[in-house]
Parts: sequence; C-alpha cells; structure tokens
Amino acid sequence: MSTKADQLELAFRHLVNALGDRLHAHEHMSLELTGEQSQFVRFNRAKVRQIGTVSDCQVRLTVMADQRTGYYDLPLTGIWDQDWHHAQAALDTLRRDLPQLPVDPYLVLPSGTATSGELYQGMIPAPRDVPDLVLAEVAGLDFAGLYAGGRVVRGYGDSVGQYHWFATDSFTLDYSLFTAEGQAVKGTYAGSHWQPHRYTARLDQAKQQLTRLAQPRKTVPAGSYRTYFAPAAIAELLSMFSWGGISEAALQRGDSAFRLLQTGERLSPLFTLSEDFSHGLVPRFNQLGDMTPAHVPLIVQGELVNTLVNARTAKEYGKVANGANGGETLRSPDLRPGDLLPDHVLTTLDTGLYVSNLHYLNWSDRPTGRITGMTRYACFWVEAGQMIAPIENLRFDESLYRCFGSNLVALTQTQDFVPEVGSYEHRDLGGMWVPGAIVDDFVYTL
Amino acid sequence: MIPDLTQLLQSLRVDADWIGLRAMREVSTRRSVRRQHPTHNGTRLDMGIMVEVVVDGQLGYGATNSFDRDDVQRAADQAQLQAIAARQWGLHACTTSTRPPVVGHYRSPCAKPLDALTAGDVNDILLQLCRHLTVSSQVVQAIATAVTREIDIWLVSSSGSDVHQTLSVVEGHLSATAEDGSIIQQRSDHGYLAHSFQGGWERFLTDDLWARSQKIGEQAVELLTAEECPTAKTTLVLAPDQMMLQLHESVGHPLELDRILGDERNYAGGSFVKPQDFGRLAYGSPLMNVVFDPTIDGELASYQFDDIGAPAQRQYLIRSGTLERGLGSLESQERLRVAGVACARATSWNRPPIDRMANLNLEPGSTPLPELIAQIDDGIYMETNRSWSIDDQRYKFQFGCEYAKRIEQGQITRTLRNPNYRATTPEFWHSLRLVGDRSTWQHYGTPLCGKGEPNQLIWVGHGSPVCAFEQVDVFGGGAA
Repeated sequence: MSTKADQLELAFRHLVNALGDRLHAHEHMSLELTGEQSQFVRFNRAKVRQIGTVSDCQVRLTVMADQRTGYYDLPLTGIWDQDWHHAQAALDTLRRDLPQLPVDPYLVLPSGTATSGELYQGMIPAPRDVPDLVLAEVAGLDFAGLYAGGRVVRGYGDSVGQYHWFATDSFTLDYSLFTAEGQAVKGTYAGSHWQPHRYTARLDQAKQQLTRLAQPRKTVPAGSYRTYFAPAAIAELLSMFSWGGISEAALQRGDSAFRLLQTGERLSPLFTLSEDFSHGLVPRFNQLGDMTPAHVPLIVQGELVNTLVNARTAKEYGKVANGANGGETLRSPDLRPGDLLPDHVLTTLDTGLYVSNLHYLNWSDRPTGRITGMTRYACFWVEAGQMIAPIENLRFDESLYRCFGSNLVALTQTQDFVPEVGSYEHRDLGGMWVPGAIVDDFVYTL
Repeated sequence: MIPDLTQLLQSLRVDADWIGLRAMREVSTRRSVRRQHPTHNGTRLDMGIMVEVVVDGQLGYGATNSFDRDDVQRAADQAQLQAIAARQWGLHACTTSTRPPVVGHYRSPCAKPLDALTAGDVNDILLQLCRHLTVSSQVVQAIATAVTREIDIWLVSSSGSDVHQTLSVVEGHLSATAEDGSIIQQRSDHGYLAHSFQGGWERFLTDDLWARSQKIGEQAVELLTAEECPTAKTTLVLAPDQMMLQLHESVGHPLELDRILGDERNYAGGSFVKPQDFGRLAYGSPLMNVVFDPTIDGELASYQFDDIGAPAQRQYLIRSGTLERGLGSLESQERLRVAGVACARATSWNRPPIDRMANLNLEPGSTPLPELIAQIDDGIYMETNRSWSIDDQRYKFQFGCEYAKRIEQGQITRTLRNPNYRATTPEFWHSLRLVGDRSTWQHYGTPLCGKGEPNQLIWVGHGSPVCAFEQVDVFGGGAA
C-alpha cells in the first residue's frame, strides 16, 4: 500500500513546484493534501457486512493576490497529465474569480521557513487477512464494528518554500459486543502494529464486562447522581470543547460556552488540559504551514490560560496565534490524571452510576455551558462500592461548569488513549489522553 | 474526463459473478460572508469510481479517485480480493436481485443554472444579505452563505444497467447573532443550511429573500429581551422547520432497516422498532401519515434510482398512525423480509451504499393555521432547531429551538427564548392532536445527515405542515 503513497508524495512535490513556477509576482499560494489508502471492513453479528478498499487523495489549492483569496479542491491521482490538467484548470478558475471578490482584511499570507517530514511505518494486517484476524477471536459472540486500516497522509507546501509531509500506517478497530437482550460493551483497538495478543487481551476485558451485563436492567429514575465517568465518556465530554468551546474565534463571536471561563469563572483545580503533540500521532503543522508548539497549556488547575488561536483569528482580533488549525479544534488533547487509584473507583463512588460511554452530545444552552446527551453501553448502578445492575440508558442535561468545576470529585491516576475513529470524508488521526472522573450530583432528566 | 463507463467495464479483467461500476463527479462551490467580509470562496472537484464485484455470493468493493484504466483495474482486483477474503464470513449472500438491471436518467429541474452567477455576483448578494441581517448595533455577527453542487452519478453493470443522474443543488444559510451584555441569541433561516433544494439559483433568489433576512436580524434582537421559556407540561406547536428535525430523528432513523438489522449498532445505534412491528405498530396518532417521496420537484433528495439501481417511488411508511414499511434498500428488504423503499445511497464514490432517508415527509392534515392556534388555550409554538440529541434506540430525545411564542386562549402572544422540549418517541407521536393543512406545509433540506461506518454525510429533504402535540414537557435555558 505504501507504493501508491510514495507516488503521491512525488506527485505532490511536483505539483507544489510546478504551481509555484507559474505564479505571478503578486500571487501567493498554498497546497494542502489529505490522502489515504484504506481498507474498511464493517462487521455485524460477527460476520462481514461490507468490505472494500479506498484510494483517495485531495489537494486544496489556495491562491492569494491583491488582498483577496480563494481555494479550489481537486483530486490528486499520481498520474501527472491528469493532475496537472486539473491543477491548471483550478488556477485559471481562481485567477478569473479573485478580482471579483471582496477584499479580505484578515487574509494571512504564508510566511516562515518551516519544513518537516514524518513517516511512521507500521505493521498492519494485509487486507486479505483482516476478516480472519478479527473474526476468529469473536466466534459465538454478537460482534459489530468497523476495522479501518492503511496509510494516511497529510501534506502542505506553499509559495514561500514551507513544506511538510506526514505519513502514517495505522489501524483502528472500533467494536461493540452485545448480549442477547441488546446490552453492549464498547471497545477499541488502535495502533500501527497489529499485535494479536493485545487484541485478544482487549476482547477478554470486554467479554468480562459483557458477563456483568447479563442480568436484568435497573430503571433509574431521573434525578441527580454521583457518577463515575470512564475515560471514553470523558473523551465525549471533552469533544464538546471543539464545538463552540475553546476556539478563540467562537469566543469572540458569541458562539462559545467558555465565555464564563474567560470572564473569571474557574473549573476545578483538578482540571488541567493541554494540547500535547509529543505523542506524534497527528501532524503538528496546520493549514498555514505553521508548526504548533509541542505543548500548549489550555486550562491549568481550572483556569483558562490559553484558547486555540489560528493566525487568521489572531489578525482579526489582535491576538497571538498559537498554531491552531482552521477550526481551532483540539487535535491532540491531554487531560492530566489525578490521584484516584483505579482499584478505588467503586469504593470512592460508593453509591451512584458507573458510566462507560456517552452518546449524541449537544449544547442545550451554550452560554451557560449546558450539555445534553445519553448514557450508552456498559453503564451500571453502584451501591456501597458494588456494581448492582446494568441500567436503562438515561438522558442527562448538565453544565460543564458544575461537572468539571464545583462537582468534580476526583480524576483517576491513569489515563487511557481514546483513539479518534471518525471517517467522514477521510480517516481521522490521533485521539485523546484522558483519565476517568467522579462527579457529584450529575443531573439526569429522562 | 469521465471515460465511457460501459467500455471501461468491458475492458476490466476480473473473475467474478457480477461486476458494477458507480462513478461520481461533483463540482461544488461555497461562498460565505461574515460581518461584511468574505470567509469562504471555494470550489471543489471530487470524482472517482467504485467497483463492486460479487464472488460466490460475497460482495467486495474497490474505489479510486482515478479513472485511468489501470487504476480502475487495480480497484477491481482489490474488490475481488476483498470478496474472496470475506466469503467464508459473509453476513448474507449477495444476489444480483439486489443490483437490478436498469436503464434511465434523471435531471433536477433547474430554471436559473448554477453558472448563471459569477463569483462576484454571489459575493455581492451575500454582502447585501449581511447588511439586511444587521438591523442594529446589537447584531454582532451576520453570516450569509451560498453553496451550489452539481452531482453526476453513473451506474453500469455486467447485468446491463446504464443509469445517469444529474443533481443540481442550491443550499443557503443566513444567521444573525445579537448580544446585550451576557445575553446572546442567534436566529437563522430555518436552521443551518435548511434552505437546501434541488434546482438552480431560482431556489436562492426568491421573492422573500430580503424580507426574510431582515426578519432574522430583527428576531435575533427581539430575543434579547424576550422571556425565558417556562418549564411546563403543555401543548407544543411545531413549525415545519422544527418538524423537519423531529421527523428526521424520531421517524426516519428508527425506521432504517439496517439499524433494525444491527449494522449500525456500533455507531449511530439501533432502533426501538422491531421487525414484527411492520404492519402492526401504532407508531403515532391516526393523524400521522408519513411518506418516502423522491418524486417531489425541488425537494433535496429527489431521484429516479437509488445508488444500487432500485427505481424510486412514493411509498407510505406510516398511514393513519400505523407503521407499514421501513427505510430499507433491496439488500435490507431481502435480509429482513420487510417491505422497504429505494434508499440505498452513498455520499460519494468512496463510500458503499447504505440505508438512508431521502425525502421523508409528513402529509398535511385539514386544519388551517388560525383554526389550529384557536383551539389551544395554553401552549407554546416553537420554530427552528438549534439543539438535537436522541438516544441510540431513537427513543428518548431532547430538542431545542431558536424562537418561541406563547399561545394563550387561542392567540399567539409573547415571544419566548431558549425553548426546549423532551419526550420519548412513541409518547410524542401519539400525542399528535392537530395537523395543519396544505397551506402550512413546507419542505426544507439538510446536507448533513451523518451515519455509517465508514462515516457518511448525505443530503435529505423533509416536508411537514405545522403540528400540535399535547402534554409535552417544555423548558427554558439554565433549567434542566
């Protein structure tokens, strides 16, 4: 699979140089690349539902001239005649359109001299082996999910000579195991080297949880309950920070739930969140070719110390950019662990809810930081430190200022890596490093 | 740049029982203005081809963004290898009955072609719209967006299919954010990109465009001083733009047969609907009539054939409150032995078709709007979705709206802000008490329905009249 990816890097370099040569003196340009050679295997009932491969690569050509800008997305195939034909047509279209566009006062031209190259070669299963490798271990179980594996590439080049290339071989297996009654355990196995014993170990954990679910469900009435959120559930809550949360632009435009944090409200001193690129799972360069610092503290002991600021937002609002991406979203978040020993989770929770996963979160009242969503998968009623019964799923509606603020009791001493398994348009990269957390009086409404 | 696909198909050398090609070419533009300054001026060309092969009853696919014959042959080889690798693990035997041989074409109705306006024309219009949205200094953000798409989809197969469909789509979005101290309110044009239709610029440049944009700005300001929506169990009246979301989440998704079959359980979830419910379940009140209708001119997800070649027809899903059929493709119908519709759809060439909504509409009733309101002593009328969340079985939901009005003694009275409501799906639809007549029926669309593994976003259309529901829990901001 890497042969095609290598061919694409050559094609990309060629395109950056060829377009650079065609630019007029007053023009600037950048090229961003998103590509993959992926295999997707979808499972249901421990069988293969759909199986196939996708070879895809798109580049975004952005041209800037006379304080105006426009972009054109086009396919990159590695076949020069086709690619150059599309690129020339794109350049012609942009040159036709640009003089007609309004002036963009917040246009940021490429600058700097950054270059980088990262290649993470892995040992992922051959496509023909994946069904056997995955399904042989789940015989007799009701197993559903998606295996996605192969090489993912990101690239950047511009007219001032910045150039970045990031390529990684990786896989994610995102799965669920179900009881006959429909209760389920969620699991993920992700990495760049498929190791059968690790997959087996993860499945064994999930199978153990599944046995706990094989008892009648308890219907818990709406109300406030002390709750333990496992790392995957915390990751869902943190994902809301990337949607009307930590973005400086969102804050400036009245779209953010973090306004109160900016005006002095604090979260719990236990809560420390940063962007940490030392894990190396995502590229550090952004859409402008800037290299993000390896570590960007965002919330330190409950205090908002940095928002995510890209260069365009910085120019519009007079801020200092910190290498954020176009959407100012979290790319490699790390929520610092606390001091709660994993073995003490249930005893510290004492009586309340053990929530493994959350589902379908949305802001119910963004200015006050209120989030609604559902519990999902293996969630239990706990009494006196003992898991009593799985629960019927509950709807919650709670403010992040209470959940991660005054009501945050403890964070676990260990973090889990929760991989990003999204694949809208293309496979996403990276994930979150998060601990579990105990929260008092979490509000469930339905 | 798209080769003759029949010739391409004939040139491929694959040892398979069946082979099909689905090619797609999409040219889209996105232009957006915020606070009088441009934020997006982009064009996208996306094209590629998916090769499907069936070997010993197992289907495999290979997709590539290149139409070079050698690359397509490699995709075909990959598809065959995948089918062979999976054949001992296949969930169901794929037969050619789920890839029917069809010949035909479809083209969206279009009066003012997508290339009739230049980039400069569109930006001028968007700038003017922003000015109309900014009705006072309290409007701190005004956004105007226009998106066009021209999508060509071709299907050819070894069993003789030859289909070409051309979809012309225009999507529009307007919004205003008003601010007064710590109070922030947003109002939009029936929801994010809800003005999404098949057609040309005539769908964007409507007679009411300027008045609509001004009203959005005025209502954003109006909400700053509006009362908070009260907490109550009351009669809830929903406008068609919120009914769009209500239908989508609590009728469309639960009726998808692939959810009932379990395919979707690891991602979007399953359904509270069981296979034995079809033909029996009283899904809602007898006033409830829901149709799958891909034949409506201008509605966003109209087409002649779905992405595996099933001819599209109007079908009742729910009639007089009783569930009749599901949203399931030929594959799902065969697997579940439940009646379905032509709804195998793929978001692009690089994703396999799955069960999807297309146009899902609630039929109008017989009550004119004034009469509907006059029958309500105490209630709340809500417009335009702003928050949505529902569980993985599509049972417990909570939705929020941008704008509400109090209904008192048969009259619409005060404006309310931060309105929300929650219920369970069966309880809610059984509480449907009044359905507005044809004059209240409107259709909107969204290009953003997410589902599937690998993930897919697809465009759907929803039409509905104004509807009234009894005894619904409503509440405002800050009050959980």
